[in-house]
Amino acid sequence: MVKLFNFIDRKSPIHALTGASKLACMMCWVFAAMVTFDTRYLIFLTLAAVVLFKISKIRLADVKVLLIFTLVFLLLNNALIYLFSPEHGVTIYGSRTLLFTIIGRYTITSQQLLYHLNVVLKYTATIPMVMLFICTTQPSEFASSLNHIGVSYRISYSVSLALRYIPDVMKEFHDISLAQQARGVELSGKAGVFKRLKSATSILMPLILSSLDRIEVVSNAMELRCFGREKNRTWYRAQPFLRNDYIAFFCGFLLIVISLLLNIPNGGRYWNPF
Amino acid sequence: MGSPIIQFENFSFQYKSQAEPTLHNINLSIYPGEKVLIAGPSGCGKSTLASCINGLIPFAYPGEQTGSLKINNEEAKDTSIFQLSKTVGTVLQDPDGQFIGLTVAEDIAFVLENACTPQKEMLPRVKAVSEKVGISHHLEHAPDELSGGQKQRVSMAGVMINDVQVFLFDEPLANLDPATGKQAVELIDQIHQDTQAAIVIIEHRLEDVLWRNVDRIVLMRDGKILSDSTPDDLLSTGLLLENGIREPLYLTAMRYANVPITPETLPQSIRSIKLTEADKEKIRTWGTQPLSVQEPPKEGVLLTAENIDFTYENGFHALKNVSLTIEKGELLAIAGTNGAGKSTFSKVICGFEKPQKGTLRFKGQDMATLSIKERADRIGYVMQNPNQMISKSFILDEVALGLRLRGVPENEVQTRVEEALKICGLYPFRKWPISALSFGQKKRVTIAAILVLNPEMLILDEPTAGQDFRHYTEIMEFLRELSAMDITVVMITHDMHLMLEYAKRAVVFSQGQIIADDTSANILTNPAIIQRASLKETSLYDLALMCRAEAPNQFVQHFIDFDREARKHG
Amino acid sequence: MKKFSIKTIVAIGIGAALFFVLSTYIAIPTPLPNLKLSVHYGTMAVMSMLFGPMAGALMNLIGHFLGDLAGGWGVWWSWIAGSTFFGFAMGLLGKKVRLDDGEFGTKGIILFNVAQVVAHLIAWGLIAPGLDILLYSEPVEKIFLQGAMGSAGNIVSTAVVGTLLCIAYVAARPKKGSLQKED
Repeated sequence: MVKLFNFIDRKSPIHALTGASKLACMMCWVFAAMVTFDTRYLIFLTLAAVVLFKISKIRLADVKVLLIFTLVFLLLNNALIYLFSPEHGVTIYGSRTLLFTIIGRYTITSQQLLYHLNVVLKYTATIPMVMLFICTTQPSEFASSLNHIGVSYRISYSVSLALRYIPDVMKEFHDISLAQQARGVELSGKAGVFKRLKSATSILMPLILSSLDRIEVVSNAMELRCFGREKNRTWYRAQPFLRNDYIAFFCGFLLIVISLLLNIPNGGRYWNPF
Repeated sequence: MGSPIIQFENFSFQYKSQAEPTLHNINLSIYPGEKVLIAGPSGCGKSTLASCINGLIPFAYPGEQTGSLKINNEEAKDTSIFQLSKTVGTVLQDPDGQFIGLTVAEDIAFVLENACTPQKEMLPRVKAVSEKVGISHHLEHAPDELSGGQKQRVSMAGVMINDVQVFLFDEPLANLDPATGKQAVELIDQIHQDTQAAIVIIEHRLEDVLWRNVDRIVLMRDGKILSDSTPDDLLSTGLLLENGIREPLYLTAMRYANVPITPETLPQSIRSIKLTEADKEKIRTWGTQPLSVQEPPKEGVLLTAENIDFTYENGFHALKNVSLTIEKGELLAIAGTNGAGKSTFSKVICGFEKPQKGTLRFKGQDMATLSIKERADRIGYVMQNPNQMISKSFILDEVALGLRLRGVPENEVQTRVEEALKICGLYPFRKWPISALSFGQKKRVTIAAILVLNPEMLILDEPTAGQDFRHYTEIMEFLRELSAMDITVVMITHDMHLMLEYAKRAVVFSQGQIIADDTSANILTNPAIIQRASLKETSLYDLALMCRAEAPNQFVQHFIDFDREARKHG
Repeated sequence: MKKFSIKTIVAIGIGAALFFVLSTYIAIPTPLPNLKLSVHYGTMAVMSMLFGPMAGALMNLIGHFLGDLAGGWGVWWSWIAGSTFFGFAMGLLGKKVRLDDGEFGTKGIILFNVAQVVAHLIAWGLIAPGLDILLYSEPVEKIFLQGAMGSAGNIVSTAVVGTLLCIAYVAARPKKGSLQKED
């Protein structure tokens, strides 16, 4: 079956952290990078992410496919931004240093370049962290992590159920779609868009009905095994909190605080060297 | 014996949404440590009875009940589903539905987690119970890395960990191949001996359950209990056949040979049964009586596969140099364990997967260039679960779908759909919504939806899975009629009865290769092949050995031919 | 907040799995380059209507979040918020148009489509781009064009797929009544 989340089991200090602290840390990290447009801070976050990546013993080759995806997305997004607003940076930084003009309104300014650098850095600062989280956290630990950072255990368990049944739903979808293709249902090819959308429903309908059946069976099974009896539940896969976990929590928190504090000297979200 | 752990008294139940009660006036007591089999045809109320015992009724499925049901001396309806689950552990039929955790260990621990058991206590308990069911080496595995039998073991462990007093198994054999089913029956027996708990098994595959001793069989029909007796008593009557349950094949053979079956002969298992020398003689002679069976003339080759080799993207080498010839109008069974290559082979034929090597010819024409859709005009593929194929709400639309997608004019669609519906016996229902049909009728709808494209060959994946004897016979007789109409029928199955009774020829896959291609009788009497294909010897073979028949495979073949004739006339 | 029933919890999990699978594995190509129609919103509309606003919101949130995690393009909270809102809105509609009661006539079709158009417009025309501007400070024109393309695609696909699925779902519910065989 398809491996959804690319958990790579190696021994490293990052692996040893509990899922909960990794999740919290990742969220803080992503939030900190989202809020700020301070180029220096984003560079710091990027470098720190690379260092953590090294520590985790995850190799570049392990995440090659994901990285290529990211790269394509990154280029596309930057191209779009430039296409629509070639002097967006000028508006943001309130000054204009023209380097040269390509054609018409498509100019290259230092401000625009800095803005693009910021956009790129936002990716490079966050995406390694997301990958790190995926590669070093067992899917099993994910639900208990959510529960530990304050999500109710019922909703946390929904996430676990989603992870559990994604492969089954995928297989079912695949089987149904093959059987329907044999009857002449086509999703690509020459038919018009509307016709194809209509065809898609002949795959989706059996999928919905069987999903409803599955909901029935699974909820019966859970009920019979006492899910929801107590106010809490324990987790087989939970890990004890160690010193490093507290440090990780603290670091995550610190990153956000720095990110917010930077607004004061910068006089806003942007670090403006111009 | 003490007081019963489960006690129904004048118990009736009616679902909220139904007009009639599903259970009528049930009186049944089950004592601690007993092992009881509850059998009956589909719709007899046996599953409802199970739901009453574990508390899904009335707590998840409300309805009206009269009379009393006591579990562990407490009126069930006054307790809760949680409280009942401390006494009754249920292993549901669908192993994927019951397997909730992301890994084996988590799933076994599920009930402990819900009871807020400290982690320190969970670890050793999971380990201990996983050893008991023989799954301790797979604790870190995800469900899609396990076989059906292994998933079932996990379900059992997840229930055992709670120290329950009653184990309730809902159709435990439904999703297992014969050899795994046999192991499941053995494991249930072992749990019975280890825990001294009461065991309740709901199952219509009687012969398979009786592989190990059972104290009582409760036979149900139309929501009532017809009989409640020891296996030996029940098997000596004709009640089973009258009520749509298949009796063990060795007993059918004995009846044909006019050997009396009485409780004293201990008929509950082929291992316990006592036959006198005279009986054996009678059976042996019966097995050699000449029968005039006409071989249908061969009509030429329909499909040939030559040296097909296929490896999945993930590197799994699923088919290794497979060659096979399928005749026109044949009824062929393809058997083998999961992952043996039988499903992959059918996918290659339908064009869902492209083989790296080898050629497929359909009536001499190379199929390599044909698309999935073009192949579907010649070869129809019917999935195991009709609910996965049906996408329209009305029978007419569903059957017409393939034609409409092919742009056939509407007036021609009408005539062809009507024709297909008539063949499938669905014409009177043509305006019905599909939701009003039974499982077996839905299956026919999916077959009609394929037949309407006029294929010359049908591939069916487990055509009778989960069907009781009556529906099984219905579907199979229908397939036989199709094959008489010169449509080649290929069935992927591990149902041995199906192979024996309906498929002249069987092909067995193992590890991507064809290891046998012979008559079903020869295959099911060949211990080496049986073992590799995870099948099981038919009890007819044991009977033949017991009666010292000269050629056990011919004895089995004789039974099949005789049975066919007997059922045709009777 | 009311405690979710077990069935709702399971529905959230399976619904999220459906979102994940459909958003990852099917897209219908259109004549416009680089624009593919996704069919999951039509499907999720039905699931949300069946299980209510909170469940609808959560199944979309979890499904979209997991999809982003596995996809490699990073976690885009702005778009996740859009999906979440869509699920919530369709869940609310489910209280008005009760598919389980077996009615989905002309009035149902109109209500459904008005609701889905409004929900998509708010989700992709307001919430997602708004957050994008706030969090990523991207150019307004670009964001809104993306939003407009996204909502247009989703509206068309939900109109066709969602409507057909609702009709089919209602017809697939077993109904009581006398069915007669015809010869």
